[in-house]
This record gives sequence, structure tokens and C-alpha cells, in this order.
Amino acid sequence: MGVVVFLIAFVAVSIPLSWAFRAALARLLPRDMAYAAGTMPLTAAFGLMVVGLYVFVALFAPLLAPFPERAVVGSQFQPWDSTHWLGTDRLGRDMLSRLIYGARNTVGIAFATTALAFLVGSLLGIWAALRGGWLDQGLSRFVDALMAIPSLIFSLLLLTIFGTSVLTLILVIAAVDATRVYRIARSVAQGVVVMDYVEAARLRGEGTWYLIRREILPNALAPLVAEFGLRFCFVFLTISSLSFLGLGIQPPTADWGSMVRDNATLITFGDVTPLLPAGAIALLTVAVNFIVDWQLYRASGLKERI
Amino acid sequence: MHLVLMMILQRLALGVLTLFVVSLVIFGATELLPGDLASTLLGQSATPETVAALRAQLGLDQPAPVRYWAWLTGVLQGDFGVSLATRRPIADMLATRLGNTVFLALYAAAIAVPLSLILGVLAALWRNSLFDRVANAGALSAISFPEFFLAYILIFLLAQSGYFPSMTRISPNMSLGDKLYVTFLPALTLTLVVTAHMMRMTRAAIINLMAQPYIEMARLKGLSPLRIVLRHALPNALAPIINVIAINLAYLITGVVVVEVVFVYPGLGQLMVDSVSKRDIAVVQAIALIFASAYVLLNLTADVLSTLTNPRLMRRK
Amino acid sequence: MTRGAPLLTIRDLTVEGHAGEDWQPIIENMNLTLHRGEVLGLIGESGAGKSTLGLAAMGFARDGCRISGGEILFDGIDLRKASERVKRGLRGQRIAYVAQSAAASFNPAHKLIDQYGEVPVLKGQPRRKVAAEAVALYRKMQLPAPEEIGFRYPHQVSGGQLQRAMTAMAMACRPDLIIFDEPTTALDVTTQIEVLSAIRDIVRDHDTAAIYITHDLAVVAQMADRIKILLRGREVEEADTRTMLASPKEDYTRSLWAVRSFQREVQPPATGQPLVSVQGVTAGYGKVDILHDISFDIHAGRTVAVVGESGSGKSTAARVITGLLPPRAGQVLFEGVPLPPDYRSRSRAQLRQCQMIYQMADTALNPKLRLRELIGRPAQMYLGLSGRALDSRVRELLDLIELEPDKFIDRLPGELSGGQKQRIGIARALAAEPRLIICDEVTSALDQIVQEGILKLLDKLQREFRLAYMFITHDLATVRAIADEVVIMQQGRIVEQGPKADIFSPPHEPYSELLLSSVPEMDPDWLNRLLKTRSLPGL
Repeated sequence: MGVVVFLIAFVAVSIPLSWAFRAALARLLPRDMAYAAGTMPLTAAFGLMVVGLYVFVALFAPLLAPFPERAVVGSQFQPWDSTHWLGTDRLGRDMLSRLIYGARNTVGIAFATTALAFLVGSLLGIWAALRGGWLDQGLSRFVDALMAIPSLIFSLLLLTIFGTSVLTLILVIAAVDATRVYRIARSVAQGVVVMDYVEAARLRGEGTWYLIRREILPNALAPLVAEFGLRFCFVFLTISSLSFLGLGIQPPTADWGSMVRDNATLITFGDVTPLLPAGAIALLTVAVNFIVDWQLYRASGLKERI
Repeated sequence: MHLVLMMILQRLALGVLTLFVVSLVIFGATELLPGDLASTLLGQSATPETVAALRAQLGLDQPAPVRYWAWLTGVLQGDFGVSLATRRPIADMLATRLGNTVFLALYAAAIAVPLSLILGVLAALWRNSLFDRVANAGALSAISFPEFFLAYILIFLLAQSGYFPSMTRISPNMSLGDKLYVTFLPALTLTLVVTAHMMRMTRAAIINLMAQPYIEMARLKGLSPLRIVLRHALPNALAPIINVIAINLAYLITGVVVVEVVFVYPGLGQLMVDSVSKRDIAVVQAIALIFASAYVLLNLTADVLSTLTNPRLMRRK
Repeated sequence: MTRGAPLLTIRDLTVEGHAGEDWQPIIENMNLTLHRGEVLGLIGESGAGKSTLGLAAMGFARDGCRISGGEILFDGIDLRKASERVKRGLRGQRIAYVAQSAAASFNPAHKLIDQYGEVPVLKGQPRRKVAAEAVALYRKMQLPAPEEIGFRYPHQVSGGQLQRAMTAMAMACRPDLIIFDEPTTALDVTTQIEVLSAIRDIVRDHDTAAIYITHDLAVVAQMADRIKILLRGREVEEADTRTMLASPKEDYTRSLWAVRSFQREVQPPATGQPLVSVQGVTAGYGKVDILHDISFDIHAGRTVAVVGESGSGKSTAARVITGLLPPRAGQVLFEGVPLPPDYRSRSRAQLRQCQMIYQMADTALNPKLRLRELIGRPAQMYLGLSGRALDSRVRELLDLIELEPDKFIDRLPGELSGGQKQRIGIARALAAEPRLIICDEVTSALDQIVQEGILKLLDKLQREFRLAYMFITHDLATVRAIADEVVIMQQGRIVEQGPKADIFSPPHEPYSELLLSSVPEMDPDWLNRLLKTRSLPGL
């Protein structure tokens, strides 16, 4: 029952907030962007608002958190009160502060990983599409073989071998994810490469770097940005799951996945506190998905009008 | 007919080749290790003698191709070697757990596949209706939730008040009914995640299909909506739907790992996570190989089935 | 001629389409009357609303469109007010539809005869009778092997045959009205003739009324009793076919007629060393040869039109010259010197000499670059221009193609019309200051009036810069307008080549004869005459 009341209250609060946020964006942004902002669906406005909030919290975590990230400041499993708004965890650290620092650690690591995967995967994918021939064939068959192993399983295998540290985590997940990015980037770039303007540029004698930079990338950007959102969600969920399994971000670093794991026992006693970090993960993923959905819809809508 | 047979044989051959490459990757990954497996396992305090002894025991003094061959032939005969942590034969550790995991996955699939196909088709038919919007938003949220979040929400709602057990202890001599009851929560968690994905993909496939000119033609022939769907859309929808099912059953493999840990379910996923934290590479390799093979075989089956439903391929010029 | 009540009456029809947030009219205040057995031709350029009007005659609007005003009376039934059930009962039985692309509009999962029989069998006609009628109709439509063709799947039958099978399917219930939506647009001219004559005969024999939608005047002249001309969702004028062709009233109509009047001045015969010489080229992809031993020359300041149907290898020949497809045998000489077969091994000076203009300006211009860079880049690369010199060169080029520099220089291609985009394609080619420009179907995607502007511009530039054109097209009217020499290709071989005057006057090679005679003419009796002359030798 409580859950239903909470859900209704949450929706009731977020609708006017998103509406106001959208109106503010439409007012404040420069003209060409204001139109897009003014016509976006409420879900997208909600998504942007949430992402903005997360970025803000991540950037200013030390100022916002009432207690340090790793310090023991109370007894174990203290309930919610005026000093520790969300109580304390299994070791007596402040939950709210760890939740705030978690935004920085979990989101930051996931973002760095996705960015790395994108840099490697999309450059290789575009390059393969542009060059074609044996280079494309070789790279693509190799990626196919790697993709025949489910990504979480492959990550687990690699983590067993290389051990679990933040650096190996980033590298392993980025490597596994780069294969997926490669696939997407290659197929998007292939759609662009067959265009006559690329042929014209080739016949003009342009070099590979100009072709990628001026002809292909600007035209592949929109789908790649949407894909970046989706891949970020995926990486974020994978890292959270790994942390939850105890194989991701290691203590004492504050991280949402491991916070759920450490305090899960409370749930069976009817305490929702351990669900909060999980909710924080879900909220961000929902928000990013909303934005991506809007972008994809815009891309397809524009196509229909032509 | 002859051509299709050739195509299917080709796919099968490709599948076997993929399995071979997968085994190579899974085995070869250990070779990427900086340094040596034995010294990594024993840590820095190990004496050179103990390291050498472990190397000999693991067969690390032999060249990699020889070890790979021995491993592969063993696996093909059902012998996965010995666990590094417990020294027990891995095959024994896997036997009952494999059955448990398959049971859980099938349980979830049996609910999720029909449910998501029905929801997906309805959402596509009633596009932009309230039902479609709610189903879409729900599916999008379910996709965005980490599996453990869904699992704990279900525990919070259903187990805490005592309707269902939050820890799943199952034993071989339980009746099917009891088994279904005890494993209901993990199965439901998996169902929610997979249904969301599958519903969205089914909807997209159907909408894509309904935009085809031959569907407009069927409408202009004055056919009833039901007939258009059953006779004109469905025969062409089989291939995409088969693919959607295969992708999502494969997705169950990933989902099962986390869900088994949350519910302390004695399956392969839980064993894999335990082995990763113990860095028991032999066991991790074995389980990874099983999961990857299941994944490859699923995709292969889907590939063959969708070939068989494609009239363009079945009847050549 | 005495006539009863009209079969179809459309009054004040408005159809709207969903554009972003609001509804925009596609058709406004349209009126239309059609009697039994009458064929009405609907003519208009892309976006004129012809298909929308055709579908509205069935009481149907595509997704994202709605019929928002007026009346559609079919045999006394108001289709706007009728229930879905009533409309379903009419569709397929009394009003049938033939789509532009039969290949996409037949369901790939069912045999042709099953799709033919779907509606009649559902309405209770016995299966055997329906099958026998299907075979009879297939025979009448001159389909090969009429007894068996119905048991094939759509992908097993060629495009022209599918289009006829679709007409037969539309005939299955002997409807009172058939809507033909550009049924021959996707076909080659030689195939088009068969489909046109089959459609016309069957409509006449069954005394079916028809609405025939097309953008091709000459085609509609053969098919229709009356012609209605549409422009941006509104009617321009309507008259019976002969009157319309002989004395159109409106300026817009006259401008449609006038397009074919442009004619390049006759040039003296070419002499001296050719600019480009293609010698014995054989080329193809994979194991298949597409070009077989072709040779032709292009002289400076002259236009060589390369003509052929789809698959004849005319674009492949262009790819060999540009170096995109190195030939298996033979060579390409530029001013007597062999060019390296692969463009990657050609020097910048060599690349510069030969530029291309593409059919689809949409895909030929990078949508993310402004015109300044699009046009300026070749000048920057080949001529080393930069800064002010580059800017003034771009402006000069924009002037040449008759676009105002100040207004256009910082635009994106998306902000231009189809004709303007094609002009930018021309400017980009000119920027390299080439000797040869290859024009690959440059006018086929454009509306007729815009085509004429482009042809005139190309002609002006040719005289000014002594450019050589290799003009690839399937449209013989364009060839007549601009060519000096003509090369006719079929299945990768050159059938006939020579000066335009020789090619267009008899005697012809058999294929040239077939191709030339298949091009529809504006004369309403053209198809009759053609069929008569063609059937003579066979008798």
C-alpha cells in the first residue's frame, strides 16, 4: 500500500516539476534550441531534469554531503533521525552522505567506461566501414566471435583473470562494450559511406581523416549520441550489478550497487533504506532512457516529414 | 529445397565454428594474464617451490596448445577438470546446479514468452492508445531497473509479509508444485525484466510490419482487421518474432546470475559469482563455456527457424 | 452520349496530414465526377496530392492523414459517413486499387492466385470458378504461362508481370471502379508498353471506370478520357484529353507542355583528338561482367548521351571512367594518355579533370556542410584558394548557377529546394574547373519545369567553358534536347552509337527501334498506332 502511495506522490510531484523545468528551458535557451526544448514531451523534460540533478550532485558532492564518505560516524544500522537523515549503514557510516558520494563514484565510473568504449568502438567501426575489404571483414569477424559470449559472463571471466580493481573494471567493461559500439557505429557509418557525397569526396582525393571528420562523423552523430545514452544505461547497470555481486567497485568507496548488497538484510525487516541506492540507479536509467526515446522519436519524425 | 538444406548446413557449420572460437577465447583469456596464473593464485608471499609445484599441478609447464587440447577433449567428454579452490571435480559441482538453473530459466520463459508476445502485439495494434503508453512506460521502467532492485522490491512486497519465501532452498525430492512455489519470486523477477524487453521488441517488429505496402493493400481489399493480422501480417512476422524470443532467452542467461545471488538459489550463476571472488578460474571457465554455448545454440536455432519460415528462401526462382 | 447518375462524386473534399503539432491540408476543396466506364487521368508533380485523392475516392486515408471535409459519394453511398463495415464491403469488390510497386504490395508469404482469390472466395464464390477466371484474366493480360503463373510466389515473378497480375487481382470481383496509382512508374519503357496496353484493354472490355494517377503526361494521354491537373492539393484545370493536349487554358498546364520544347543548337561534327576515349572496356563486380568490350569517345565542348534501361551498364561505364571500378580489360585515355585504372592512384590534376553530378541531390550533398564549404572545398583543394579569394570564388560560382550569393552562401542543403540542390551539385563540379562532367540521371528526380531550368543551365555552362558532358539517362526526351552524340546500351553492350541525327532517324538496330518507339508521345493515338505496327510483322 505504502508503495502505491509513494508512486502516486512521486508522479504527482514530478509532473509539475518537469513542466516548470521545460517552460524554464524554453525561456532561457537561445532561440534555435528553445523550440526543441519547448516542444519536447514531459517525459524528456523529466529525464533532462533528473540527469541535471545527478550531475549537480556528483560535481558538488563534498559540499552537499553532511558527513565524510568513509568515516564511521555512528553506531550500526541507526534508524532515520535528524542527524542521520537516512540512518547509518552496517559499519555506522552516514547513508545520505554515501548516497551523495555514490553519485560521483558510480556515475563517474560508468561514464568514463562508456566514453572509453565509445572512443575505441566507434572509431574502429567507422574506420572499418570506410575502408571495407579485408580490414572490415577481419575486424567484424573478430567482434562477432567476442559477441558470441554474453557480456556479463565475459566480464566475469575477465575479472577473474585480472582481479577486481576500479581500473581493471573500467578496462574490462569498456573492452566488452566496445564490441557492441563497434557493431552500431559500423552499421551507422555504412549507411553514410554509401552516400554519393562520400563518393564525391573520395573522387576529389580527400584523405581518410577528412572523410571521417567532415563527411561521416557529422552525419552519424545523431544516432551515435542516442546509442551513447543506451550504452551508458547498459554499462551503468552492469557495473552496478557487478558491484552488487561484490565484484565491481570495492569498499570503502561509496557505491550504490555495493550499498544495496551490504545493507540488504534490512529489507527483510521492512526497512526501505537499502532500496534507496537501487532506486537512485533506476531513476537515472529511466531518465536517460526517456531522453533517448525522445531523441529517437525526433530523428524518425524528421525523416517522415521529408 | 536443396538450397535451403545447404543454407541450414552452412549455418550449422558456422555454429560449430563459433562454438570452437568461443572455447578458444574462453581458454585463451587466461593467457592474457600478466605474469603467471600460479603466482597470482598463491600471492606474493609464496615461495618459488610452492609456485613451481602448483604450476606442475595445473599443467602450466606444458605449452598452451597442448593444454587447450587436453581441456577441450576433456570438456567434450563431460570432464571439466578440477576446481582450484575445492579440488573437487567440476563436473560434480555443476551437475545439480545446471538442472536448477535450467528449471528457473524455463519457468521464467514459460510465463514471459506468451505474456510478452500478447502484450507486444496488442500494444502494436492499439498504437498510441492509453494501453500502449502505459505498457511502454512500464516496460521502459522495468528495463531501466537493475535486476536486484526488482528482486528486492518483490521481496519487500511479497516475501516480507510472508506470501512467498525470499530464500529459495530447493531439494531434488520436492514435488513440482512446491518447487514452483518456492522459486516463484526469482522466476517473477526474471519474467519482469525479460517481458519488458521482449514486449518492446515485438511491438517494434509488428509496427514495422504493419507499415509494409502489402498490409495497406490488404486494407484496401476490404479485409477485416483480424484477417489482416492473421493471414497477412502473422506469416511474415514469424521470423522477427523468433529472433526476439531467441535474443531474450539468451538474455535470461545474464539475468539469472544476479537473480540467483539475491535469492540464494543454488544454480550455476551463484556458483560462478562465488568462483569469481575466489578466482577459481577452472570453474569460471567451465560455467562461462556452458552459458556461451547455450547462447550460441539459441541464436543458431533462431537462425535456422527463421530461414524455414521465409518463403523467399524456401521457394527459389 | 447519354449518362445516368455519376458513379463517383467528390465535393469540396479536404484531406489533412499531420505535420509536427498541427494538421496541414494535403488536398483542399477538391471536386471530382466520374461516370461508369470512364477513365479519368490525374496529373501532378510530386506532392500534388494525387495519391491522397485516389485513396480518398475509396474513403481511405493513410496513417497520419484524415479526411476532414466534403463529401465522397460512390454510387449514392456517402463514404465519409459510411461505417467501416460498409466501406470494407465496397473495397476490393466494387472499388479496387492497383499500387505503384506491385513487388512490395503483394504479400510475400502467399501465392499470386491465393491473393487473387482472397476477396471473391471470402464473398462466397466457388474456388474453382475463381481459379478458372483468374487463368482467363492472366491470359487476357498476356502473362506468360497463365495456367501456372498463379501458383508462383511474388518474388518468383518479374516486375512488369507482377504489375499485370495486380491489375488482374483488382479485376477479380469485376469492380465498378479501379484506382491505378502510378502503375508503370517503376518499370522500364519497353516493359511499360505491355502493361499499359493490357490495362487499357481490360478496363475497356469490362467497361470499368478508372482513376489513373501518374506524373507522365504522355502516358495519361494514352489511358484517359479526361484529364485533371493538380498543383499543391488544388485543381488547376480539367478537360477531355484531346482538348487538354491541344489547347490548355492555364499557364501552369502550358508550362508542363513546354518543357519538352528545349533544344540545344546543332553542333558541327566532332574532329581531332577526343578528350576522353573509352577503349575496349570490360568490367564488373565479383565474377559477373557488367560491361562487355565497350568503346566510345567524348570530345571537348560536346555532350555524349548514354541511354539504356536499368541494368544496361550505363552507370557502370561512368564508374570505370571515374576510376571507382577498375576495368578487367581495356583502358580509358584522357587526351591520349591512359588514366590509372583506380582513382586512388590518379594524381590530383587527373582527378580534377573529371567531375560528377549525381541523380539524387539529396544524397549527393553532405547535409551537415554549408554551401560555402560544399562548393569551396574543391577550389581550396585543387586551386589552393583560401580566405578572401576562396570566398569570392564561391560567390562567383553561386552567380554562375543563378543563385544569389548573399542569400545562399551560408545555407545548409536542407534549406534548398530540389532544383536548387541540383544547381549546387553543378557548382561543386564547376569549382574544380574540370574538362569533363559526368551527369548521372541529373534530371530524373526533378519535376518537369525544374528539369528544363537545369538543362538550360548546363547548356549555358557548356558553351561558356567548353565543357564535355557524359550524360547518362533513360529518358529519350532529354536526349533529344541536349545530346550531340548518342550511345545506346543494352545489357552491358553498346547497341548503336553515333551523332544524334543519325540515331533518331531510320534505319535502326532492332533494340534501338524497340527502345525509341516505346517512349510514350503526347499524341493520344500513339499507343494504338504503335501496337498496330508492332503486331504487323507477327501476323
